[in-house]
Amino acid sequence: MEQQRSTPGSSLSPRSPSSQPYLSVSVTDPVKLGNGVQAYISYRVITKTNLPEYQGPEKIVIRRYSDFVWLRDRLFEKYKGIFIPPLPEKSAVEKFRFSAEFIEMRRQGLDVFVNRIASHHDLQQSEDLRTFLQADEETMERLRSQETGIFKKKPADLMQIFKDVQSKVSDVVLGKEKPVEESTPEYEKLKHYIFELENHLAEAQKHTYRLVKRHRELSQSLQDFGKATKLLGACEGNALGKAFTELGVKSETLSIKLQKESYQLLMNFEEPLKDYVCAVQSIKATIAERANAFRRQCELAETIKLKEINLDKLMLTRSDKVAEAEHEYKELKAESEEATRRFQTIVSLMNEEMMHFQEQKTLDMGIAFHKFAKGQARLANSIADAWRSLLPKLEASEAAPGLYKLD
Amino acid sequence: MMGSDNQGFEEAAHVFASREEMENLLLDDASTTNSYSNYRSAATSLSPPILVTPADSDPLLSPPVFHDLRNPNAPDNNNHHHSSYIEPPSYADVIFSPFDENNTVNSEINGGSGGADGSDNQFSDSPLASPSSSGGGSDYIRITVSNPQKEQETSNSLVPGANNYVTYLITTRTNIPEFNGSEFGVRRRFRDVVTLSDRLAESYRGFFIPPRPDKNVVESQVMQKQEFVEQRRVALEKYLRRLAAHPVIRKSDEFKLFLQVQGKLPLPTSTDVASRMLDGAVKLPKQLFGETTSVVAPHEVVQPAKGGRDLLRLFKELRQSVANDWGGSKPPVAEEDKEFLENKERMNDLEQQLSNASQQAEALVKAQQDMGETMGELGLAFIKLTKFENEEAMYNSQRARAADMKNVATAAVKASRFYRELNAQTVKHLDILHEYLGLMLAVRSAFSDRSSALLTVQTLISELSSLQSRAEKLEAASSKIFGGDKSRIRKIEELKDNIKVTEDAKSVAIKEYERIKENNRTELERLDRERHADFLNMLKGFVVNQVGYAEKIANVWAKVAEETSEYEKESS
Repeated sequence: MEQQRSTPGSSLSPRSPSSQPYLSVSVTDPVKLGNGVQAYISYRVITKTNLPEYQGPEKIVIRRYSDFVWLRDRLFEKYKGIFIPPLPEKSAVEKFRFSAEFIEMRRQGLDVFVNRIASHHDLQQSEDLRTFLQADEETMERLRSQETGIFKKKPADLMQIFKDVQSKVSDVVLGKEKPVEESTPEYEKLKHYIFELENHLAEAQKHTYRLVKRHRELSQSLQDFGKATKLLGACEGNALGKAFTELGVKSETLSIKLQKESYQLLMNFEEPLKDYVCAVQSIKATIAERANAFRRQCELAETIKLKEINLDKLMLTRSDKVAEAEHEYKELKAESEEATRRFQTIVSLMNEEMMHFQEQKTLDMGIAFHKFAKGQARLANSIADAWRSLLPKLEASEAAPGLYKLD
Repeated sequence: MMGSDNQGFEEAAHVFASREEMENLLLDDASTTNSYSNYRSAATSLSPPILVTPADSDPLLSPPVFHDLRNPNAPDNNNHHHSSYIEPPSYADVIFSPFDENNTVNSEINGGSGGADGSDNQFSDSPLASPSSSGGGSDYIRITVSNPQKEQETSNSLVPGANNYVTYLITTRTNIPEFNGSEFGVRRRFRDVVTLSDRLAESYRGFFIPPRPDKNVVESQVMQKQEFVEQRRVALEKYLRRLAAHPVIRKSDEFKLFLQVQGKLPLPTSTDVASRMLDGAVKLPKQLFGETTSVVAPHEVVQPAKGGRDLLRLFKELRQSVANDWGGSKPPVAEEDKEFLENKERMNDLEQQLSNASQQAEALVKAQQDMGETMGELGLAFIKLTKFENEEAMYNSQRARAADMKNVATAAVKASRFYRELNAQTVKHLDILHEYLGLMLAVRSAFSDRSSALLTVQTLISELSSLQSRAEKLEAASSKIFGGDKSRIRKIEELKDNIKVTEDAKSVAIKEYERIKENNRTELERLDRERHADFLNMLKGFVVNQVGYAEKIANVWAKVAEETSEYEKESS
């Protein structure tokens, strides 16, 4: 599916060149479990690999959607700067939660999700991934319930947000123009691009979904038209009646073709577009992380300056608090260096990720466009063929008008 | 319904206006060429009519343009049954050649108002088979309704503006000898059309007379609104053309008078007839009390008993029909014609199926239209995306993607136009269903002419037999009196006179009934024959249309599939 971006020989000893390292995962066999409100779908996740970190060549586990969410959240926490692949969305509408179409779409989405992780150079080495792919169901359940996820804020996080807001306000009050934000022109351009891109993509996706609906509607009206025409044919009788009836039959045939194509359109075109939108949203999350890291770095830099001044003062006065202050200063320095390092990692990762992202999306969309075009061409051709096959019969009916009966 | 349609026009105009801007972005596309720039300008003027539901669409307003193009060199576009549908190896190319420069954005706009004859098509001369196919050789009659003007009723207008009405210019071109001249025009108002329709209904009982446009009982305010006037103009034109297509009615005196006589329409108006209603009401009490003769005069028998004319006759016939339905014995003359009864049944069934099919056809047209619209919107969304990616490109992969996207967008916009065109044609074809559905009204009315004529006959026969038995009884009674009973003899004489009149009336009524029966029969034959031809034509046109456009759409997408084929090996 996706191009492998793993560097060859990353985890294999050079002494076994015969087998390339591989890690392939498939998400299959959705099964509905449980009853009523608590019902859910479980999936079989099959891992095939020769990587030594894994327990053997093949492993099968059972996972549910919230397990995938856990994995996504863990990766997001640990691998800041990397665009974590998007998960298929939760269904907003209850009644479709267990429809065959929705389940299949979700299964496909989960399969793509895991495989993208497994083929990402850095993400594939994640311990959480290994846990996800191999842990038994009980362990998984335990881990899942512990996880708070980026959407469930810890009290400490809430405090941080509070502080951020506070500092922004005080910055403004103190006359510092903007809250601390990275503002290189290049990065600005990137941010602008990402935000605009999401809007454009969302619109394209909206119209694509509508197009799917139109296919379904046309299918329905062709069916109704076919029925009505057949009835008219039965009423007319003779050659004309036959013509109507055959028209009606063709119309019904085409109705089925349109229905099929609408499903193809949904899976091969609308889904990739939705996926694209979600990927962009994931980038936005990374952008937010980067902003956090930047802010942290700046704050610490500020704080260190203050500490330095303080330390110098203390040293001058030969206070006995010097040792303590020095110690604090050293700690802060380390923290600050760590924050800077983290920020810079994010920056460099993001750069690489963006490039890969663009390449990958060109590929993904290229495939989607191709399938879309093929599907439309195929549909149009079968429409042409179906109607065309009627023409000789229509000619024949016209040539023998006297065959109508006066009953 | 009219309101919402017009709203649709305006909304559509907005949609198309903004699409115009975006579609201009495709100007640089090498493959579009002139055809699309011309089409685009035609498209804006075309768009409102295309969105009309079939019931309201005038074939002339929606592009006859397309018909022109099929045979751009055809000198005579009148007889279209056979020339519209050529059978080439690929319908796509022959039928749907790019629009040429000279075309007729203007003629299309004027087409509805007496302008381009060249934009004729089979539908303009009525769907009921062009005159030439009814054996008239090169008979030709072409009617146009145009130039609505407000006029004022000259008689007492205490309330100014209350007696305004609209007249229309009715222009006829013909080579039929029964008309005095080859080209003439008159001004008529809608009321005149009602009169024409009523008089025809009286004179041509048993015929399938095309139904006239509805009267709209609305205030004069609405009457003068431009949209209403325009819709009425269109409806009138259709109506007159249908009349002109009827082989018998086109030569009727009423029709000729209507088309030719300047000034006031020389036909008795329905108000004149209605005034007889008063006479009838006056007559009734006298009739009931036997003061005046209560027999039906022979000359009156040729018309059904109307409330206006003779209330007594109406009551008698009503009594007879009740006796027919509920009486134990068979009516004196029954509708025995099995063939007719079967046909009547068939016509009922046909009407139902036509109605159903017409409805589904409308729904199909709407679904096609929606498909085209959404496809176009999708294309435009992708064009915007393409522009965006190109403007903000930081990587080559983005440019490559933008190029792919542009191909898809271009194809989608093209496909959307094809859907629009396809639909405009589909509307015209399937509209025939609607036309014939309207005609079923005429069939029903012709059949009811027959029933009422039969009822008249039955009533007269019953009347006759009761008169005769009264006469017999009187004669028997008076013969017992020697020398005769002067008063009884007088009564018998009177009765015998009445019997004679009634017998004459009965003969006339029977003749009338037979005449109507024959009209029914020939009309039914004609209807079946013409409907057969028209429907087959419709089916063929519909199918050819679908094939042609499907091929065009397929080509457009095949090209994109080709252009993106490098991704094929990547797809799982």
